[in-house]
Amino acid sequence: MSPSGLCKRIIPCLDVAGGRTVKGLKFQNLRDVGDPVELGIAYQNQGADELMFLDISATHEERSTVFDLVKNVALHLSIPFTVGGGIGKLDDVRKLLDSGADKVSINSAAVSRPELVEEIAVACGSQCCVVAIDAKMSDSGKWHVMVRGGRVDTGKDALDWAKECCRRGAGEILLTSFDADGTQAGFDLPMVEAFATALPIPVIASGGARDPNSFVDVFNNAHADAALAASIFHDNLFTISDVKNTLRQAGIQVRIC
Amino acid sequence: MTIEVDLVTSAGGNIGSVSRCLDRLGVTYNLCGVENVPSGARPIVLPGVGAFGTVMNALGQNNFAAELRRLISVGTPFLGICVGMQVLFDSSEEAPGVPGLGVIAGKVCKYTQGKVPQIGWNKIEPAHPHFLQEGWEEGFVYFVNSYYPRPVDDSVVLYRSDYFGSFCAAVKTGNITAFQFHPEKSEKMGQGLIERWLKNVS
Repeated sequence: MSPSGLCKRIIPCLDVAGGRTVKGLKFQNLRDVGDPVELGIAYQNQGADELMFLDISATHEERSTVFDLVKNVALHLSIPFTVGGGIGKLDDVRKLLDSGADKVSINSAAVSRPELVEEIAVACGSQCCVVAIDAKMSDSGKWHVMVRGGRVDTGKDALDWAKECCRRGAGEILLTSFDADGTQAGFDLPMVEAFATALPIPVIASGGARDPNSFVDVFNNAHADAALAASIFHDNLFTISDVKNTLRQAGIQVRIC
Repeated sequence: MTIEVDLVTSAGGNIGSVSRCLDRLGVTYNLCGVENVPSGARPIVLPGVGAFGTVMNALGQNNFAAELRRLISVGTPFLGICVGMQVLFDSSEEAPGVPGLGVIAGKVCKYTQGKVPQIGWNKIEPAHPHFLQEGWEEGFVYFVNSYYPRPVDDSVVLYRSDYFGSFCAAVKTGNITAFQFHPEKSEKMGQGLIERWLKNVS
């Protein structure tokens, strides 16, 4: 049992491109399964604690649609949401926050230019600055920071990088395991535990969710503060309520609505 | 019935989420600040994001803070959110030497345990039975805070929550209501709290 009343958070992630959702869409009773706003509302009604919109637009034209999307989401949702993907400079961050995003998630741009973390924290506050770290176990037995969607190993020690992000003012770390991502074999418990216990800020675990028990494990055994998942929710394998009921039965504090 | 409020924009950060929440509730709002001081004819909403010192500094321009203090003291209905709650107190550990509005006696303190800031949903419970009888029910709301207020007078505490120890999550005294959490980001529960406040002041 958590020594505080703070709930563990469940965060569905929606991949968007050109203002539309682009992956695994088996929700029923939606007029338009590609509409991120409708999907967001469906998740909110299921009990999602926050939402993550990951913009995977390939072109500049596609990417420019994200601001309208964010405005629309902000008008209809009453839970916090984060926008990530392709954010390169402080100006992008301001525009997203002005459009109604509660937080932004930065990844490769921070690896290339770590000062970006400070710039966001100072200008907009740490509470809106999520640093996403994609990490993979290396032959040396340390986790390395991966960029370009996991294709390039930077050789950088991921835990050291996470600590540096904290010092620079990050508010949360979104930690994706590239060993677990897409496997549906459960979260990467050793990695999540190492980060969640070493860092003074919340860690959102991502990659590998298989079923409600994966979430029990990542909270009880790896001490994650929140967990993010995409496919198991999109494919309607489990609802957020299923996950929360299992968590509650395991004695984990969650928000029941 | 049309409700109108004065929404103070000077307190830093992003007031977008509060204004969109008011939109959803059909509440009209006038944007107010140092350049456009609230008249006192309408309830005042003060959302605040960022650091206590920065917000007090922003409110301090052109004697705006003094005018806010006067409007509150003559009974203008007031809703403070997040740092907009903290500035009602005398001082904060976040900005030693910077006086707050001082309309509620007490100090704002930093959490000493757990991860700081607290980020996420926590349960709030009415601090006194009469608040529950008035309809201020328990529920889950969204917090993002490193600091929390410690009022001198416990009777002003509307809600308590627990982050490695009980803390004051909301106050209600006279014409002042204030939430440490973000009702505008707290789904139905949060919307219900704002509706309850609007019902009380209109």
